[in-house]
Amino acid sequence: MSWISPEQGPSRGCVVKTCLVVDDSVAVRKVARMILENLGFHVTEASDGEEAIAWCRASMPDAILLDWNMPLMSGIVFLRQLRAEPLGEGPKVLFCTVENDLSHINEALKAGADEYIMKPFDGDVICDKFAEVGLL
Amino acid sequence: MTPDDLSLICRIVRARAGYVVDQAKAAMIENRLGSLVRREGFSSLSDLVGAIKTKRDERLVWALADAMLPKDTAFFRDRTPFSQFRDVILPDLEQRLGTQPLRIWSAGCGAGEEAYSLALTIDEARAGRAVEIVGSDLSERCLERAAAGIFSQMEVQKGLPIRYLVRHFERQDEAWHLSASIRQKVQWSRVNLISEISTVGQFDVIFCRYVLGGLDDLMRKQVLSQLAGALNDNGYLIVGRDEAVLDQAVGLSPVWGSSDIYRREPALRIVA
Repeated sequence: MSWISPEQGPSRGCVVKTCLVVDDSVAVRKVARMILENLGFHVTEASDGEEAIAWCRASMPDAILLDWNMPLMSGIVFLRQLRAEPLGEGPKVLFCTVENDLSHINEALKAGADEYIMKPFDGDVICDKFAEVGLL
Repeated sequence: MTPDDLSLICRIVRARAGYVVDQAKAAMIENRLGSLVRREGFSSLSDLVGAIKTKRDERLVWALADAMLPKDTAFFRDRTPFSQFRDVILPDLEQRLGTQPLRIWSAGCGAGEEAYSLALTIDEARAGRAVEIVGSDLSERCLERAAAGIFSQMEVQKGLPIRYLVRHFERQDEAWHLSASIRQKVQWSRVNLISEISTVGQFDVIFCRYVLGGLDDLMRKQVLSQLAGALNDNGYLIVGRDEAVLDQAVGLSPVWGSSDIYRREPALRIVA
């Protein structure tokens, strides 16, 4: 009978995890970056889905914090495209959006999202959700 | 607020709930009691304390004690106790219990997040046996909220995995309503842990988290002893992180490798 859970394992000494923050709002990216860097992530930013795909092709991150409504390419279109890319199943994808109805949430999960954050959010919510997908 | 008023508030909370409040934290006390002052129609906290002194209104005294207790809670708080409940405690009890129903108590349940987290876990585990979950709190207001099963958007995002939200909640306006099928799995009861608790019965698992830490030493020992007495042999007590309660005298042994999970040892059974 083992009482040691993998969730309790410290992440110290591991390679720093990377998170791509995809949001067209500079302010949201700034807040998310601050929270994620405090949690130990190396953060990169993209302002829409197209830019995010380019980032992922160059270097696939461990996590993606993803807005829904963005110019050029929305979050849901990006997610479907990401999951079809080589190694695109790898990143944990957490939506972070003002869309807070069940139909949007279900659509996101069906497209391969791992978690879903409804704005407004705070550091505790981000921390809980990243822990939920096993990144903390 | 005069030092006398602050002292009276602290004495009331200690006498009624066993909870220790530092009299020096005047701002915290005023903050916690602000909404009670408005709700009861007083113009200031001093007026409310004055009314308690002159009228000795029991309802108001209890309302004050209730309002002073910390209310912070979350779904699946700290995560690990709930995964251990699912992965180790439930299978262990499944083997031991025979055909009896499994009885679980969330003691100091606040707005019900802990009891509902257990109900959701059991629902997902699809255990075949009957399960009875009791959520108790000193606060009537908390119990009303818990029974309603209505949570804010922020509350359902703290600790609750999204798969549970889509399966068991519906959004109405800006609030999230828990399904009747999960709500019906929990019975609610007003219990003051520092008083007689035998009325709630015997349990196989007791979650009593972030309650004991606020009590004074004597009261903590008394409550622990009562909780141990409410556990069936080999039953589990789960306390909050850093609330280690190792105390052989009450017949509880820490489960190996964990500082917040204890088991009632039959060999150590105390005579009540």
